[in-house]
Amino acid sequence: MKIVVAIKRVIDYSVKVRVKSDQSNVDLANVKMALNPFCEIAVEEAVRLKEAGKATEIVVVTIGPKAAQDQIRAAMAMGADRGIWVETVDTELDALTVAKLLAKVVQNEQPQLVLLGKQAIDSDNNQTGQMLAALLDYPQATFASKVVIEGNEAVVTREIDGGLQTLGLTLPAIVTTDLRLNEPRYVKLPDIMKAKKKTLDATTPEALGVSLQKSIKLLKVEAPAERQGGIKVESVDALIDCLKNKARVI
Amino acid sequence: MNILVIAEHDNQTLKSATLNAVSAAQAIGGSIAIAVIGSGCQAVATDAQAIAGVDKVLLADNAAYAQHLAENEAKLVASLAKNYTHVLAPATATGKDLMPRVAALLDANLVGDVIAVVSPDTFKRPIYAGNAIATVQDSDAIKLLTIRGTAFPAAANTGGSASLESVSEVFEATKTRFVGEEVVKSDRPELTAARIVVSGGRGVGSSENFKVIYALADKLNAAVGASRAAVDAGFVPNDMQVGQTGKVVAPELYIAVGISGAIQHLAGMKDSKVIVAINKDPEAPIFQVADYGLVADLFSAVPELTAKL
Ligand SMILES: Cc1cc2nc3c(=O)[nH]c(=O)nc-3n(C[C@H](O)[C@H](O)[C@H](O)COP(=O)(O)OP(=O)(O)OC[C@H]3O[C@@H](n4cnc5c(N)ncnc54)[C@H](O)[C@@H]3O)c2cc1C
Ligand SMILES: Nc1ncnc2c1ncn2[C@@H]1O[C@H](COP(=O)(O)O)[C@@H](O)[C@H]1O
Repeated sequence: MKIVVAIKRVIDYSVKVRVKSDQSNVDLANVKMALNPFCEIAVEEAVRLKEAGKATEIVVVTIGPKAAQDQIRAAMAMGADRGIWVETVDTELDALTVAKLLAKVVQNEQPQLVLLGKQAIDSDNNQTGQMLAALLDYPQATFASKVVIEGNEAVVTREIDGGLQTLGLTLPAIVTTDLRLNEPRYVKLPDIMKAKKKTLDATTPEALGVSLQKSIKLLKVEAPAERQGGIKVESVDALIDCLKNKARVI
Repeated sequence: MNILVIAEHDNQTLKSATLNAVSAAQAIGGSIAIAVIGSGCQAVATDAQAIAGVDKVLLADNAAYAQHLAENEAKLVASLAKNYTHVLAPATATGKDLMPRVAALLDANLVGDVIAVVSPDTFKRPIYAGNAIATVQDSDAIKLLTIRGTAFPAAANTGGSASLESVSEVFEATKTRFVGEEVVKSDRPELTAARIVVSGGRGVGSSENFKVIYALADKLNAAVGASRAAVDAGFVPNDMQVGQTGKVVAPELYIAVGISGAIQHLAGMKDSKVIVAINKDPEAPIFQVADYGLVADLFSAVPELTAKL
């Protein structure tokens, strides 16, 4: 079974982003970038399926600028076999465009399973996997906390609002990962060295036959309203007094 | 403007997130229809007819829709959408599973987690864990939106008298099999709609220790939330996670106990009206957003608070 994993280069999760003073966007100059944490979980799951003998090949794909190759190498160091880089200068593509590009890659590669993160922590979109599933008319299981491959089915447990739901998807299928699916491994230096020798193919939206249209225009980016600093109270009694008599919330 | 709101429900009761989405529809302005898609969900349709400001309820009642499988519902919603300028759904797990799939079927994009309506084609949404707010303009013919419930008031669930129309179109996926569901039953108020939320973090230490959090919550008739660390450690179920990638809450009072205040957690609660933090580390970042901070060991402070309330 071949698995395709879609990965995105994003701001490191520990960085608190700032808005540019002209409100055109956030300021990403000199900000630490990393593999989107949910994509890391997706790569880890693919590698575990390969280690368990369920998968034979893992292909990672990213759409983005040249620097996004770093994230392909990071995924290869975790255990992915091969990379595809779709070069785009624009880092703010619509989710639909990303899904269309990924759909072409999936059509070329013909994997049985496509893993994506549930959400990119920059756009916080939570859309691409579902869109890809619609474009390919594949079954989908979003927010996965457990994936079991049984014959021609992926049995996936999903984190839903009231608890957990389990679906059986006939392969090929789309799965998006949630936090509880696994804990990604730390990569070791020899794996990083090995990753450098793995195949990384480059392609373009033109070669894939997808035009980069935009229907969502970014007009402005603002900083959120700052909270007024509060006070420290000395005791439980003082806290109760504040809640009852100042804030009047209890 | 002709707006369709997708109801959130469990085939028995209408979830309050639907009412917030109706308010967002009212902010756009125009006639409002609600689609109730499910199985054996006539009672939900009746509830939806009573929502103030709703003109029409579309009821698609078929076994194919019992589990809200995105494969089936997306095709139905995409078909219904052709008669509307906007289709809105609550930004819940169900809405987020469904709406992007609808969007791609319509060759359109989706504006997710809308927190403000600027005009019928321009909306605000948080990005980067709420550290920035984007204003975006959507040029798609049919605008598809998911609505963050905490940003819009709940529309009144009485006083309306919408007409009822049934929809007979059925889409049934053959490639998705429903295996089962474990739904956590709780008598406490629902997390995203509660007036008071008490949340516990890694500092609580164990699922057994979480009883101090539950005791305080019950005293205040509050919902219980948690940080990711508390969920990952198995102290509480996943659907209690508050944050960037969990639930977003904005109650009148949020009490964070043994939670450090990582940006991902703040993203889910910093719009609460009053924030209380109880933490033994005076440097914990949670104190920067707390209106009232108490530096104390939670195992003495929380039981004392519960006892004195
Ligand atoms: C992709 C991604 C998504 C994430 N999404 C979320 C999310 O949605 N929600 C979320 O919450 N997190 C999320 N996180 C995790 C987040 O970064 C933090 O790791 C997490 O919020 C920490 O939880 P915590 O505050 O409970 O634990 P810690 O940071 O370990 O804090 C525990 C706190 O308890 C205090 N404490 C310990 N013992 C006591 C005591 N006896 N009395 C009083 N205080 C005590 C300590 O001083 C400390 O401040 C996400 C992370 C990533 C990478
Ligand atoms: N530019 C991209 N290149 C490759 N995969 C992407 C890209 N953008 C999003 N994805 C995938 O889609 C998931 C969800 O992203 P989003 O819908 O943008 O929140 C990510 O975790 C990735 O798996």
